[in-house]
This record gives sequence, C-alpha cells and structure tokens, in this order.
Amino acid sequence: MNQYFHSIRINTEKCDGRLKCMRVCPTQAIRIRNGKAMMIEEKCIDCGECITVCPNGAIIPLTDPFGELTKFRHTVAIPSPALYAQFGREILPDKILTGLKKLGFDDAFDLAFTCGEVSFAIQEYLSKYKGPKPLISNACPTVVRLIQVKYPDLIDHIITIDTPREIAAREIKKKKSKQFGLKEKEIGTFYLTPCPVKMISIKQPAEKGKSHLDGAISISDIYGPLLSAMEGVEKGSYRKSLENICILGIGWAMVGGICRTLRLKNSLAVSGLTEILKVFDDIERGKLRNIDFIEAYSCPQGCVGGSLTVENLYISYNKILKLLETLEYKKIKACRDKREVSKLYEKKYFSLKGKLEPRPLKPLAEDLGKAIKKIKEKEDIYETLPKIDCGACGSPTCLTFAEDVVRGEAELTDCIFNLPQRIKELSPELSELLNKSVSPKLNNSGIKKEKKKG
Amino acid sequence: MGNENKLSKNFEIEGRDFSKAGTASTKIKEILKEIGIDSSVVRRAAIAAYEAEMNVVMYANKGKLTLIITPEQIHLKLEDKGQGIKDIKLAMQEGFSTATDEMREMGFGAGMGLPNIKRNSDKFEISSTPGQGTSLNIIFYLNHKGKK
Repeated sequence: MNQYFHSIRINTEKCDGRLKCMRVCPTQAIRIRNGKAMMIEEKCIDCGECITVCPNGAIIPLTDPFGELTKFRHTVAIPSPALYAQFGREILPDKILTGLKKLGFDDAFDLAFTCGEVSFAIQEYLSKYKGPKPLISNACPTVVRLIQVKYPDLIDHIITIDTPREIAAREIKKKKSKQFGLKEKEIGTFYLTPCPVKMISIKQPAEKGKSHLDGAISISDIYGPLLSAMEGVEKGSYRKSLENICILGIGWAMVGGICRTLRLKNSLAVSGLTEILKVFDDIERGKLRNIDFIEAYSCPQGCVGGSLTVENLYISYNKILKLLETLEYKKIKACRDKREVSKLYEKKYFSLKGKLEPRPLKPLAEDLGKAIKKIKEKEDIYETLPKIDCGACGSPTCLTFAEDVVRGEAELTDCIFNLPQRIKELSPELSELLNKSVSPKLNNSGIKKEKKKG
Repeated sequence: MGNENKLSKNFEIEGRDFSKAGTASTKIKEILKEIGIDSSVVRRAAIAAYEAEMNVVMYANKGKLTLIITPEQIHLKLEDKGQGIKDIKLAMQEGFSTATDEMREMGFGAGMGLPNIKRNSDKFEISSTPGQGTSLNIIFYLNHKGKK
C-alpha cells in the first residue's frame, strides 16, 4: 500500500542503474533492483538530492503544469522569495510580480510580506516558549519530514507556527472570494516552488491537515516564459521598488535570513542535509540546550539552492545577501507593524492547525526479542562483508546491505564479493553440468569448427 | 532466557580524542532506534551514553562502553582507566564540575555529566578508585511497569 505521497517519480525507461541516486540519498531510501532504481517510500523525505544527481534525468519532480490554471475562475501566483533571487540585481520583486501577471495569472502576491509577518510571529513564539530547546524552524518541509522519520523524539522542537505560503494562500482565498463573489475553491492559489518537496507539503501536509494551496509550479518551468514576459515591463525607479521590499521576508530565501533580520542572538542557521544530521545528532545528545532557535534548510544555502531553481546558488544567495545589506543600510523595512502582528498572533492567525506525528521507520521486528536477534544477525553479516560500500549489490552501503538481507529484501549472494565463494561451493555441480550439457551444445552451434576439425 | 535474545556490544573510547567524541553514543542510538525502542527511552539513553562517553574523553586515559540489550532492559556499562573520582558525593552534585575553562568554552562540563546520567536513567550505580578509574552501570527498563 502506498501510504505516503511523494513528489519524486523514477522513469524506469530512462534509468540505467548508475547508482548515483542511491549513493547520494541521505536516508538510504533508494535501492537498485534488476538494474533500475527503486524507492523505499517510507524512508523518502523528498529532499530531491536524487533529482539533481541523476545523469539521465530519470528522476522526475512532480509539479503542476501551467495548464492547471484554467480550472479556476481567478488565479493567484504566490512565488517563493527564492524566485526574486533568480534574476539580475536590477530586477526587483515588483517587476517580477508584474511579469507573472503578464504570464496569465490574475494576480501575483508578494509572499515576502507574509514571511515578514511570520518572522515577527516566530519572535513572539520564542519569547513565550517554555518547552524543550532549541526550537526548529518548519520552513523547509524536508527538514520536518527528516525529523518525523529519523528524529521522532525531536518533533516537539518544531515550531507550531504555520508556514507563510499556507497563511498567504488561506488569506488570499478569503479575501478574493469576498471581493469577486466567488467560492474559495474557485480561487486557484499556486505556489512557485524552488524544490519538489513543497509539492508534497501541498498534496500531503506533514501535519495531516489540508493545504490552502491548489498547486505548485516549478521555478525552473516558469523561468523562461517569465523572463520574456518581463521584457516589456517598465523599469521604474529603483529606489521606489526597494521601498516595497519587506526586509524580514526577503531573508526567507536564504539560510540565516530569519535569524539575521530578527537579530536573534542564540540561534543557528544550518543548510545541507549532512550538516543538519550533525546538528540534530547534537540536539539528541542534549548538547545544544542553550540555543533558542535553529533555522535549517535541506538545500545548500537555503531555498535559493533548491533543485528546481535556475541561477547558480551562490549567485542567487549573493543577490539576496546584497539586497538585505542595501535595505539595512537604507533603513527600509516595508514590513507589517509588529503590534498588528501581535494582535493577529493572539487570535491564533499564525497557529498551525494539524498536529505533527512522528513517522519512525519500521523496526527490524515487532517483537523486541526477535529484533535483538536480527540485529545480531545483521552485525554478523556485516563482519563478513568487504566494507567498501561499492554499491554493486544494489544497496548503498555494506551496512544497509546487511540490514536488507536480515529484512529479507536482499540475498547474501547479491554481494559480488561473496560470488567467488559461492562459485567455489557450486563448482563440483558446475563442472558436472558442464560435462553433461556444454559439449553437445558446441557440437550443434559450432558447425564451421566441426568442418575444420573434420 | 537464552543468549540469543541478548545483544552485547563494546565501544572503545580514547581519552582526549575530541574529534571522535560522540561516535559511540551515536552508534548506540542508531541500534536502539533500529530495534524499535520507544523514542523517549532512546532519547534518555542517548543523552546518558553521550555524557558517559564525554566523561571518558575529558577525564580518563581510555575506557570501554558496553551496550547490553535484552527484551527487559538496556544496560550501559562503562569502565575507564584514569584519574578516577575522589569524592563521588561531590561529583554527583548538580553544577559541580572539574572541567577546565577550555572544555567549558567548548560547551562541555557544565556540571551536568553524572547527575544528568542519573536523572535520565532508571537505575544508576557508580564506583571509583582514585588513580585507577571509574565504573558506571546505567540501566533503562523496557517493560511498561518500569519507572518514568
């Protein structure tokens, strides 16, 4: 049964089993079986690393095509602030939003504004919070899923403030339906996403609620058309365009942006899954108790490094960074008033509705005694393996291979290092077989040889 | 109860080797997760194992941490060779620490170690011979009637 919806599909026709995806997967969710990559659904956290690394383009992110727009009476584009980082320095958000409208959306909403509100809400949340520390940001759905799967005991550390994209979509639907006399479901809200995982957070929110967004369109799909659409847009005054940017919100595009613009003292900003694993291990050990807040993104440098973005991630990171510096220097804020946010906060405007549940991996066996027996078996098997993690067996490491064997999902003989041994064991049988069957076959097919011999 | 339901695994810990500090407790945590131990128990055991490991790294020459799991309990057994503890009563006081300033700078030795292990475990035993070493027995019960 397929319990989890994933944003990643493997095209088995294009896949030629090159192992790259299997090696890069941070949760060991990919195996190569019969020369093709396959996914272990319960282990996948939709980080998208495999998409980036596949040389054949055989792993496909599932996002919505443009055509979905026609299903709605009124459509609104809600771009991730990472979209603003995809174009040159002179192209500021207002021009990009105008471009989106020219592309066919009825409206384009500046999500950075909501991000800014949520930043203030996070600040409020932190100041009132009394539970286990550090708190962890939920902006990155991969991080949330990583915690559900691999660090279930850290679930209570995730902040229960809803994400800006969900809050924005909810409010847009409310406002627009009133304004146009339409039903909320007739208003289409589309998130322009830098990564595939946001797609799943729409189809299957981690907290099991229902998303207010109707779809996600990849930034890489919309980039080309948007670039052409912006060609005719008047440039206008740079200073004026700057004055529309919410500094707190624009920071959400890059790692560290929230902490920096809120000036959080005891906070960490981490990006890249391997780094996140290290930090989460430290939290589990109880080592980071004096840190208040952790901003963590699975993509390097934050959302600007998403696998569905176009611009080199260091360039786009730099664009946001320089923009922040300019806004700081010119003392431009353009964010919602903090007191207004406080009032909304009291009304639970920012509260996450559903509850996050852990999604721990299946243990080796349900019964503890049996599980202990199996882990011993696994260790014994591991000791016999070459420990070079070649991947030829179809499992990413020798250790996962040992686990797969114990779980009955792989055979010991799948390890090519076991093959010589196996052949030796079989050799008496084999030579017998050879004697019996091989010579007549040669006689049948080797007619020419036969003639020469004769 | 036969031996087949019992897992026993040794981890060697080198004193002063901060670069590898934490590897034993991380492995222990992985094993506990894999066999499906309740996550709140994993958390407590991980913290205790880490503190125990760090005590060896910070104060001893070397040590051996043994993980023994049966369906009834998790037993962490630590034996180290080193300076030992002169006054166990004092060492068990919250906030007491002999960590150097350098260690504290790194976030270690806030006087959390031993009391923290005790707080997180269901049963805790300590014995030490000054100049020779320390041994700890840390136990977590797995049946539902267990403490905590």
